[in-house]
Amino acid sequence: MSRHEKGRPLPSGIDEPVFSEPWQAEAFALTVALHEKGFFSWGEWAEVLSAEVKAPGAAQDGSDYYDCWLRALEKLLAAKGVAPQHDVDQLAAAWQRAAHATPHGKPILLENDPECGQ
Amino acid sequence: MAARVRALETILTQKGLIDPAAIDVIVDTYETKVGPRNGARVVAKAWSDPEFAEWLKRDATAAIASLGYTGRQGEHMQAVFNTPDQHNMVVCTLCSCYPWSVLGLPPVWYKSPPYRSRAVIDPRGVLAEFGVTLPDETKIRVWDSTAELRYLVVPMRPAGTEGWSEEDLADLVTRDSMIGTGLAREAA
Repeated sequence: MSRHEKGRPLPSGIDEPVFSEPWQAEAFALTVALHEKGFFSWGEWAEVLSAEVKAPGAAQDGSDYYDCWLRALEKLLAAKGVAPQHDVDQLAAAWQRAAHATPHGKPILLENDPECGQ
Repeated sequence: MAARVRALETILTQKGLIDPAAIDVIVDTYETKVGPRNGARVVAKAWSDPEFAEWLKRDATAAIASLGYTGRQGEHMQAVFNTPDQHNMVVCTLCSCYPWSVLGLPPVWYKSPPYRSRAVIDPRGVLAEFGVTLPDETKIRVWDSTAELRYLVVPMRPAGTEGWSEEDLADLVTRDSMIGTGLAREAA
């Protein structure tokens, strides 16, 4: 059986930056920090992450790896009751509104959300 | 995605579960301080110092820690030595477990579904894609990483490097050679 029969080419091996967007680095670091505080074992984390990266529809080139990572972290934190999904949804929407309402070049603050405090 | 990470970070900070400054330190560490240079130093030392090589074979976690590289996930390390009879290659079929302390974070291909499945089914074909052809008589052993146990491949020392300093030797050790999808560079 030749490798061509298996069809799926590997992504190119060129050296890419460790993180392609800042949020990936943050999601990664949050996980490492929470693990260091003993919120979960690394085995527990690997299991949750594995379920996400093995889900049907995961990109063959691994480009959505940190999307999987973030989904896994959200699920784990929701399951542990630390950050319920509803809270994350609401807060994420608030951050997005704040980002839109913040003039370019200024730091984005949650207080800039036009609906903040309503 | 960025907004969702911010949301998580906000909740965790408000609850006092994380310190944003600590998050910055972790990011900086993995972006700039940890990388395959660490592993290359381990390999170069093993090539130069038989006693260290023996220790690395017996108790890789301790031998690697003696150089200041310790894992953050409490994982154990195992060093697997390439020989003319056996080539070693590392994968994580579960997700993307990787020896961060010595190699930094994994490259994109290591995390991709094709590598995770094909490394096990067809290691020789995968190696060919990396431009590596091994003699037919060389066996290929594939090691599947876990959250608890990570592997470092010690490639064979290139010929013509007798008497080289550890520092010069380390320059021949590539990241891929320590995953087993490559060989050490030849002596120039």
